[in-house]
Amino acid sequence: MKLPKFTESRVVADRNPHNRRSFLRKSGLGLAAAGLFLAGCEDDDDPIMIDETVNLGSGDVGVLNYAYALEQLEAAFYAQVLQGGYFASASAEEKQIMTDLEAHERAHAEFFEAAISSVATAIPALGVDFSSIDFDSRSSVLGTAQAFEDLGVSAYNGAGRLLQNPDFLVIAGKIVSVEARHAAAIRSINSASPRAFASSEVVDSNGLDLARTPSQVLNIAKTFITTNIDASGLPQ
Amino acid sequence: MKFLHLFNEFERGANGSTPQLTTRREAFGQIGRTVGKAATVALPLAAFLKSNPIAAQSSGDSIVDVLNFALTLEYLEAEYYAMGLDSDGLLTGDLRETISLIGDHEAAHVEFLKSAISGAGGDPVDKPDFDFTAGGNFNNVFSNQTIFLALAQAFEDTGVRAYKGQAANLMGNGAVLTAALQIHSVEARHASEIRRIRGSKGWITNAENTTGAGAADAVYMGEDNVMQLGFNVTTLTSVSRNHITEAWDEPLSKQAVLDIASLFIAD
Repeated sequence: MKLPKFTESRVVADRNPHNRRSFLRKSGLGLAAAGLFLAGCEDDDDPIMIDETVNLGSGDVGVLNYAYALEQLEAAFYAQVLQGGYFASASAEEKQIMTDLEAHERAHAEFFEAAISSVATAIPALGVDFSSIDFDSRSSVLGTAQAFEDLGVSAYNGAGRLLQNPDFLVIAGKIVSVEARHAAAIRSINSASPRAFASSEVVDSNGLDLARTPSQVLNIAKTFITTNIDASGLPQ
Repeated sequence: MKFLHLFNEFERGANGSTPQLTTRREAFGQIGRTVGKAATVALPLAAFLKSNPIAAQSSGDSIVDVLNFALTLEYLEAEYYAMGLDSDGLLTGDLRETISLIGDHEAAHVEFLKSAISGAGGDPVDKPDFDFTAGGNFNNVFSNQTIFLALAQAFEDTGVRAYKGQAANLMGNGAVLTAALQIHSVEARHASEIRRIRGSKGWITNAENTTGAGAADAVYMGEDNVMQLGFNVTTLTSVSRNHITEAWDEPLSKQAVLDIASLFIAD
């Protein structure tokens, strides 16, 4: 599998709102998220802040920073979910799930921050933009959570091969299966279908889950991340 | 608590059964180590790796060995669900839909792994003869939905841990490693769904065995670990210890997985 190079020109090109919208659709971010995106489109003419660029770094540290970036995004999202109207009126089961997911993602993010910082430079806190999400709306929150969890699973699945150190691979493995457990639970409560937890949207005819390259993942994630991320140093 | 009693019987039977080694040897026969071994690369980040008990599980098994190990587990799961779906009245309605999808995935994993093993120059192992009654301790596994789902949870949570434990042995082949990870996360989706159908959280708190079966404790042993890359995660975050244990799934060694699986392999 060849990894497309993540270049600055590609970043700029993808800032075109139309490109981004079609990319979102193709990348399976989900109907709910696509709808949300459209709802938030009026902001798209505004320039996105690009004065701040964060470089993930290279080698295994770069891959760990990449994971840290995604965990930051998820943790920030669930932190806001817990403050929103959906959570306030959610069922006991859904409150439990959201409480757990917020805790898990925050633990992942704080772990990566500490672990990376002990030997290298961890990326700083990223800016996020959740203006396209209605935190009072169940379908908006669950649609976005589903997209983030599926995205996280595909990101770790695609990044495993980029790691050189087996201990880091095992750490990624320990986390990705929890993300997959999350994804299945969110999909299940977000759909009446008894097959939603592992539907053909995410599991192919060989029984394989999605795997995405860092550039594919970051192209999706940057809809919600205002900090510009330079992933050019990541292993290919 | 008839169910608990059954599982206790099951545990005693398991402890007392001696022919497991033979069974395992048959099921997981040594394959020629024709394919490259896992690359163990020395890294400049050695300082990172203080004391990690799970570190570098490179057992030296070849990629074909690992895939045949995975194939045997997939045979087990695929046959289990196929037999469940063939059992009159056991699985109906939405539950049948869910189990059908899981069964389809496991059957696809069997075919995929066979192809991968052949592609790597190896020979896929034969399907063992399974005994899902575990020597007569579960005679109603295919007529009692509670027991069927409890065992399904144990198989799926074991599968997640089994793949995780072998990932480091696949580092020499990026394509195979990625495919194994793609199967691994599907097993985790299955585990989450079955756990939630049974009324458990989709994730594992501490080393809690929520199958209702003491004999399945081995499936969850070590899941209460909070040491990651040498860091005690409880010191890094205000997140509760219970939540931390949920947030990291733990691997199982090949031997630990075989000890669990062999209970269901006929002598």
